[in-house]
Amino acid sequence: MFFSDKHAGMGELADTLADDAYTEGRSLWRDARRRFMNHRPAVASLVVLVLLLLFAAFGQYLSTWDNESIDWASLPNLDEDGVPSLASQHYFGLDPIGRDLYQRTVQGSRISLMVGVLGALTAVVIGTLYGAISGYVGARTDAIMMRTLEVLSAFPFMFLVIVLMAVFGRNVLLIFVAIGAVSWLNMARIVRGQTLSLKRKEYIEAAMAIGVHPFLIVLRHIVPNVLGVVIVYATLLVPEMILFESFISFLGLGVSEPYTSWGALISEGADAMWTAPWALIFPMLMLVLTLFCFNFLGDGLRDALDPKDR
Amino acid sequence: MSEQQPLLAVENLQVSFDIMPRNAWPWSRPQKLRAVNNVSFTLNEGETLGIVGESGCGKSTLARAIMGMVPSQAGKVVWLGEDLRGLTLKKLRKRRRRLQMVFQDPLASLSPRMTVGDIIAEPLRTHCPDIRGSELWEKVEVIMDRVGLHPHQKNRYPHEFSGGQCQRVGIARALILEPKLIICDEPVSALDVSVQAQVINLLKGLQRDMGLSLIFIAHDLSVVKHISDRVMVLYLGNVAENATRAELFARPQHPYTQALLAAVPVPDPERERAKPPAELEGDLPSPMAPPSGCVFRTRCPLATEYCSREVPVLEDKTGARHWVACHYVK
Amino acid sequence: MAMLEVNNLKVDFDTPDGTLQAVRGLSYHLGAGQTLGIVGESGAGKSQSVFALMGLLPDNARVSGEVMFEGEQLLNRPEKRLNRIRAARIGMIFQDPMTSLNPFMKVSDQLTEVLVQHKGVSRKQALQESLQMLDAVRIPEARNRIHRYPHEFSGGMRQRVMIAMSLLCRPRLLIADEPTTALDVTVQAQVMGLLRELQQEFNTAIILITHDLGVVAGSCDQILVMYGGQMMEYAATRDLFRDPTHPYTKGLMGAIPRIDEQIDELVTIPGNPPNLMNLPAGCPFFSRCPVAEPRCYHELDPPQHFEPDRIRVCNLPREVIR
Repeated sequence: MFFSDKHAGMGELADTLADDAYTEGRSLWRDARRRFMNHRPAVASLVVLVLLLLFAAFGQYLSTWDNESIDWASLPNLDEDGVPSLASQHYFGLDPIGRDLYQRTVQGSRISLMVGVLGALTAVVIGTLYGAISGYVGARTDAIMMRTLEVLSAFPFMFLVIVLMAVFGRNVLLIFVAIGAVSWLNMARIVRGQTLSLKRKEYIEAAMAIGVHPFLIVLRHIVPNVLGVVIVYATLLVPEMILFESFISFLGLGVSEPYTSWGALISEGADAMWTAPWALIFPMLMLVLTLFCFNFLGDGLRDALDPKDR
Repeated sequence: MSEQQPLLAVENLQVSFDIMPRNAWPWSRPQKLRAVNNVSFTLNEGETLGIVGESGCGKSTLARAIMGMVPSQAGKVVWLGEDLRGLTLKKLRKRRRRLQMVFQDPLASLSPRMTVGDIIAEPLRTHCPDIRGSELWEKVEVIMDRVGLHPHQKNRYPHEFSGGQCQRVGIARALILEPKLIICDEPVSALDVSVQAQVINLLKGLQRDMGLSLIFIAHDLSVVKHISDRVMVLYLGNVAENATRAELFARPQHPYTQALLAAVPVPDPERERAKPPAELEGDLPSPMAPPSGCVFRTRCPLATEYCSREVPVLEDKTGARHWVACHYVK
Repeated sequence: MAMLEVNNLKVDFDTPDGTLQAVRGLSYHLGAGQTLGIVGESGAGKSQSVFALMGLLPDNARVSGEVMFEGEQLLNRPEKRLNRIRAARIGMIFQDPMTSLNPFMKVSDQLTEVLVQHKGVSRKQALQESLQMLDAVRIPEARNRIHRYPHEFSGGMRQRVMIAMSLLCRPRLLIADEPTTALDVTVQAQVMGLLRELQQEFNTAIILITHDLGVVAGSCDQILVMYGGQMMEYAATRDLFRDPTHPYTKGLMGAIPRIDEQIDELVTIPGNPPNLMNLPAGCPFFSRCPVAEPRCYHELDPPQHFEPDRIRVCNLPREVIR
């Protein structure tokens, strides 16, 4: 026979040796990471966000003031003595009642970032599972779950938050609950949509043909493949959560003293805008910077994880 | 020879889908699409049945209906003496251990974020949860070698492989539980010719060595001829003809089978140019509005008025296990 | 001089991962009214080579070589000039008629647009001619159907509409890129029969690209076999089938299951389709060739012309292949 079935020709041997060189696979996540690194604004944003995190975690050690004590010495003459200066260690100046704004901003960053990230995480976990199950099971279950979702979406959440605050008082935990209750809804819808399109893919059919339990199909095959979209959306959800919290705090319903958040700081700063502009500028800058960075990050992630490129 | 129980006996299987017509109001009644209409056949152990037909003939739907992945409305799917149609989902999943499937698009049938090792191990993890660790991986490596893949590539991802290799992964996955029957839904259609030949030879070899039975679905008659013991021809959801390979290709009885065989291009210039022009005019009727009586009558050179009134019955007139559904077969 | 002369056509793509050699040094010629079949598997470069002729390659492609169509240079010409040639003198049919027909335009509009653009006739005249052409491609009830949208036609019908559209301006050359691959075999037989008839009627030359040797056996006068962007063999159809002189051609013919013969085991070509980013400097078929020598990895002899009008590109002599 001209050709034999097994390995023929020395070329095949060369191929085999080349294959021996790699045993580790090149997963799609690695490809995505490479694409992400090429997106400059996203990488820059990531760096800035990391710095911000360090600021929130360790920034308090950079000055000897703390976020509660009032600088009695400077209080009488706030307009002049309260100005930001490196010498007095009031890097951001004083707030309208004489507290060190730098330390308060550090404190506020902690709360705001925590709220944003935790809120997004809640959305991811609850929303992904809800959407994936609804989309995968389909038929009546899907219909019921989606109608429930729609009813919840129609709920005026501001109202709920205000009522909760009024009944239980201003509690950090309550804010998390309120935010968590709002955030997962859109995520669920998005994940459900992705699941519906994934359901038709042949590898899902293959898993069904093998006899894998539907719940395991969702966890093993659907969730990893919707993660791309989920991550992007979650990253864009963080600024939404921070804004939401800021809004609540601005209204005076957010965290209570001595804890503060960017929203609360901005609220106080806005009141003193004409006399102590720095009280408004610094927290506002932090908020804006964070929002920008998360948005760029989300952009970069979306380009990196774009399903069309797979 | 004693009558052995066939491995798989499909009786009068019906699969229909409800399709909402375009531009319909939400409350209007959906139309019925008969994807599989009254299909019956048997498959014995160690046999390969080739199922051929063109688009819309229902072969893929038939495969999925046998596996229970698509609901069927009537008929029986008797597997090892048990009617699969009556089973609960949980029991059906257990039966899948001995009844596996290989899909058409090699890359799309593999989960993109799992390593091929995990993909191949999944059936084992699902049905034999007590096989773990090194024992599990040993089995995976053995089967990878069996289908012609290098075992140390088990940590690679599907997109790093070629189409032919991906299909080997799919076959390995189907084989790892040592099934009795593998349903192959157009397993080589998406592959290059040279790779097609490799996979076909692989399937034939595996069948010989492991005593597998195969249902091989394809639209390429030459491939089906090469690998099948028996061949069944479908048209618009109905069985047109079912015979041994030799009989079907040498003495096709149904006009559709004859036209199909005549239309296949042969890589032989003399024969190709000597062929009479294609006599099968017209297009496939829409499955939602199939012709009355015999579904093939709109394109059949032998069709008469009788054909539009009476549905031909699938009969084995000569007793040689050669079934034809036509009023005018000799 | 032949109607179409291709000399040393090379197509490279600049990708972020390096240079991809899609076509390496392709040469052939085609006379008026003849049919050339270009056969090969994925990665062979068949589609890229004809896209290069039509100037349809993406921006990151670099084309070199010489292509003379009716005495005129075709490569690297300005868009404007190429547009005049396209449709009017070189027509093209693609594999998937659904994506080459605009789903938002009625078929009548798409057909008349071609005529109005290229031949400058009135819409009324264009409609008349379009109807005639639809009759020629045997679309029943053309008068009614012409005003429908592409999705209302079946796959075979759509492909006929494509054929009609490409022949409207009576081009001298028609390039068909896998026109029947997506069609059922009975429809394929009809469409190929139709192409043969139309070719005779309009005296159009056809370049038919396919991976199906059965299709070229019935429709082509000459066949060009490609692998990994490289021409492997070129011969008249009968000669190629009767007496293949290249290991790849021989392997390909052995690997096809035959409906007219009973073969026990298919002769396979081991290995996988070529990785175009990483081809040997010599012959791209090296890693899968049963008779390859070490030299074949590094260099490939220039094409050998033998017999009247046969070409083979292989380092090993013919006798070894028999």
